[in-house]
Amino acid sequence: MKVDEATVRHVARLARIKVTPEQAKALEGELSAILDWVEQLGEVDTANVEPMTRVEEMALPKREDKVTEGSIAGQIVKNAPLTEDNFFLVPKVVE
Amino acid sequence: MSELTGLTLAEARDRLKKKEITAHELTEAHITALEAANTALNAYIVPTPDKALDMAKASDERLGKGKGLPLDGLPLGIKDLYCTEGVRSTACSGILGDFQPVYESTVTQNLWAAGAVMLGKTNMDEFAMGSSNETSAYGSCVNPWRAAGSDKPLVPGGSSGGSASAVAARIALAATASDTGGSIRQPAAFTGTVGLKPTYGRCSRRGMIAFASSLDQAGPITRTVQDAAIMLRHMASYDPKDSTSANRKVPDYEKALSEKVKGLKIGVPKEYRIDGMSAEIDELWERGIGWYKDAGAEIIEISLPHTKYALPAYYIVAPAEASSNLARYDGVRYGARVNGKDIIDMYEETRSHGFGAEVKRRLLIGTYVLSAGYYDAYYIKAQKVRTLIQRDFNEAFGKVDAILTPATPSAAFGVGEKGGDPIEMYLNDIFTVTVNMAGLPGISVPAGRSGDGLPLGLQIIGKAFDEETVLKAGQVIEDAAGRYEAPEAWWLSETAPAKKAKVTSKTKAKTS
Amino acid sequence: MMIEPRQENLVDGATGPWEIILGLEVHAQVTSQSKLFSGASTEFGGEPNAHVSLVDAAMPGMLPVINAECVAQAVRTGLGLNAEINLYSVFDRKNYFYPDLPQGYQISQYKYPIVGEGVVTVDLMKEGYSIEVGIERLHLEQDAGKSLHDQHPDYSFVDLNRSGVALMEIVSRPDMRSAEEAKAYVTKLRTILRYLGTCDGNMEQGSLRADVNVSVRKPGAPLGTRCEIKNVNSIRFIGQAIDYEARRQIGILEDGGKIDQETRLFDPKSGQTRSMRSKEEAHDYRYFPDPDLLPLELAQKDVDALAKALPELPDVKKTRFVEAFGLSVYDAGVLVSDRASADFYEKVAKGRDAKLAANWVTGEFFGALNRLGKDIEDSPVSADALGELIDLISKDVISGRIAKDVFEIMLETGEAPGKIVEERGLKQVTDTGAIEAVVDEIIAANPKQVEQLKTKPKTIGWFVGQVMKSTGGKANPAAVNEILRKKLEIGEE
Repeated sequence: MKVDEATVRHVARLARIKVTPEQAKALEGELSAILDWVEQLGEVDTANVEPMTRVEEMALPKREDKVTEGSIAGQIVKNAPLTEDNFFLVPKVVE
Repeated sequence: MSELTGLTLAEARDRLKKKEITAHELTEAHITALEAANTALNAYIVPTPDKALDMAKASDERLGKGKGLPLDGLPLGIKDLYCTEGVRSTACSGILGDFQPVYESTVTQNLWAAGAVMLGKTNMDEFAMGSSNETSAYGSCVNPWRAAGSDKPLVPGGSSGGSASAVAARIALAATASDTGGSIRQPAAFTGTVGLKPTYGRCSRRGMIAFASSLDQAGPITRTVQDAAIMLRHMASYDPKDSTSANRKVPDYEKALSEKVKGLKIGVPKEYRIDGMSAEIDELWERGIGWYKDAGAEIIEISLPHTKYALPAYYIVAPAEASSNLARYDGVRYGARVNGKDIIDMYEETRSHGFGAEVKRRLLIGTYVLSAGYYDAYYIKAQKVRTLIQRDFNEAFGKVDAILTPATPSAAFGVGEKGGDPIEMYLNDIFTVTVNMAGLPGISVPAGRSGDGLPLGLQIIGKAFDEETVLKAGQVIEDAAGRYEAPEAWWLSETAPAKKAKVTSKTKAKTS
Repeated sequence: MMIEPRQENLVDGATGPWEIILGLEVHAQVTSQSKLFSGASTEFGGEPNAHVSLVDAAMPGMLPVINAECVAQAVRTGLGLNAEINLYSVFDRKNYFYPDLPQGYQISQYKYPIVGEGVVTVDLMKEGYSIEVGIERLHLEQDAGKSLHDQHPDYSFVDLNRSGVALMEIVSRPDMRSAEEAKAYVTKLRTILRYLGTCDGNMEQGSLRADVNVSVRKPGAPLGTRCEIKNVNSIRFIGQAIDYEARRQIGILEDGGKIDQETRLFDPKSGQTRSMRSKEEAHDYRYFPDPDLLPLELAQKDVDALAKALPELPDVKKTRFVEAFGLSVYDAGVLVSDRASADFYEKVAKGRDAKLAANWVTGEFFGALNRLGKDIEDSPVSADALGELIDLISKDVISGRIAKDVFEIMLETGEAPGKIVEERGLKQVTDTGAIEAVVDEIIAANPKQVEQLKTKPKTIGWFVGQVMKSTGGKANPAAVNEILRKKLEIGEE
């Protein structure tokens, strides 16, 4: 599967990763190669096969409705690059 | 000094219990050895000697009173993938900056609760994406093994290169590691150590920096099979805070080792005999088959028809899950932030600077295969192939108790040797990745040497939650091949550090 | 299924009448102690990031564990919507970047939601008709945190307290045709949720929000392009937003333009909708099943148990009120619109004149609550007390007129009605002798009005008024009427 530079840019934008034009060019080749290589899965007949939905046979565990966590605002923001009064600060978002 | 660091976990545990040695001595010996070796090996990225000595002190107090915990005083290396409270945890990525978790991962919590001692955080491929520990933001790790007559630095394998290197070089009695496509078993094979990946769900994933949620699994790297059994016993637990954690009692794996394997049915899958396989690896495999026969096991040829598709399917599923798991690394709540003119710019700058080239590659692949129009053709297709791979194994396990395969297609290669083609690097996992795709347990045990004298391993794959059989079968290889040997400690005699191919995040930003 | 357009719902444009097609996606916060996948509190307000766990903050290595009660609440709601409960459902990740979405994905349900198709009956009280609004699905998902954009010129402030709270997204079919229908639908939905106790429906606090999909077309034509107005948080605004948006679209189309499919926001200050800036290209959410979770499988017996334990729902209750209490559909509808009101009414009506009780509850009582700005839960007058008052009326101890005064005193003092009547001597005068005496007095004193009666028989009303005034309102009006007519020799009207 060949991906072109426009696709690389589009995917990079979706992934919020900046790519320079040189990087985009190089990635074009690398990603195309990888996607070509995985194409071989097309050889496998999966007509009546279900995709794997769980690795081990078990039911989704549920927990009781109780407040057991929180009240640790200081710890929550402890590692943040920029905070004020326990808020996280980010460059202004315009809606 | 070197005598203490050359003990196995079991031996050290024994001597501590008998008060022949103290935890302090044992830890001190390891700290000294670590300091002497780490410049050359770069196995540890955050040594924690003060913490280790504090923990050893507490162990000695307990041991002194005869109230020793199961792993009291035993110095371990902890892969940087594990969040360790108050100690920098970054999965060897620049994007996590100086992140110091306010919490401990369940697996390491289990180990500390058992009295173990933390020597430090070990090196790894960034976000566990790699098979050579060359993508770390903290520089490559070097294999303590060298080819005969050569001082060329070799890779320890990856992603758990640091853990494997440390255990092999005797600067940790054992280490925690993680395995998503082979990241425990392949470095173990490259370093002449034992690497055990348990069944998916056996160990809790809580507090492990996630790469691919449906594949990641914690496991130990040790010098002997018995040590692996001891480590797994304490690493494993049911964790209600991990929805994929198996609610099953943890058996006494060590005890299971005393049972013999007579009558065990060992499967040999013909599809693992790949084209162009090196004669060396083939011979090793044959030798292994011979050992099982000698031990009274029955050898049965089996077929796992979808084997060759596991690797490409893995390189769809794992990057897809990773692309979503790594979305949280955005510079908002923790880690390194690069400012931008607006929020989108900040995200993009932060993530481009913070992630290395291999991680970026995989994130882009992952984003692509999940994107509109491609989801069915790639992700769903790969998950269907996964069902078939699991089915292959289920069928095979109707006939056999365990499966014997080579662990890696070759011995350790040179640092910087496989830089060019990503796919060439991916092929390192060809024998191991099937096991993760099926969620099964697998172990790599040192089985011999390459022509250059480098370690080679053989792999045993078992049924889900049948780690006992996997360990027992692994023991057969160890018994026949001989217990681990330590590599020559060349770093002690060399005055200048060995030439390392140090790849930093800055240089990675330039390379594609 | 074609819905025949109602003439009154069509909007007149320059080129003829237009039909408005509306579909709503309502987000209802689930009533629960803790969040959907974390044990942090769901309590509204709170200091910044105080109701945030490590999971909510998307710390490395943190994993989701589902809240059993949130699942039950979703099932109860599905049952209340007469919908199919899907025993197998899957949680998917919806991937996008936004500062109030710490994981970089929202855990939601895409392909396999927990609840399937259902239907809600909506009564348009004023307009006098009912519609059935189809429900497409209901799914569980995480709410996002909150960003404050007005605290600082250069920065947005992010608070994750709300991040991870369980939401039920209820998606309707595009079955509504007017702002009134949409408003009535949301009102009904809110009533059902409050009856079930699965959501408190508090729109001001954001417990209930609606995304309104609006498109227009000429009747009979294919569906037009729709725009989505996001996060409308009051019933009134829903109406205003629809009115504006429909006209905006009609205006564009009549000018020969075409509608861009886009997401818009309603600005209450201007009463207009405007396009949302940041939603660049159409979102590619790259949905895939969350690998940190397993499929959710419900046992039919558990669903049945939940169904059995459901309270009586408004539609059923309304029918029962009409049948058991002989109420009009309208009155019954008003009473059941709120479960607390319906329960209050039943208590008052038990063993009493149901219609009288209904008049008092919907009239004086609701009026008083409104005036005092109180909820029924904080009512100054209890159901028992109101019932006692009604007993006094039914037994002719006091007249309806006096009862209103007594009620006012009850509101102020909290005293029991019987006591008030006793102490203030408000008992109705029914003694015909006494009334006759007063009547005679009034007749004697007012010969002019007696004359007027001959030509204006309705003047009897004046006499009734005089007698009532003279007795301080305590004379039984029926008896007064009867005695007056006899004495004035006027026949029955």
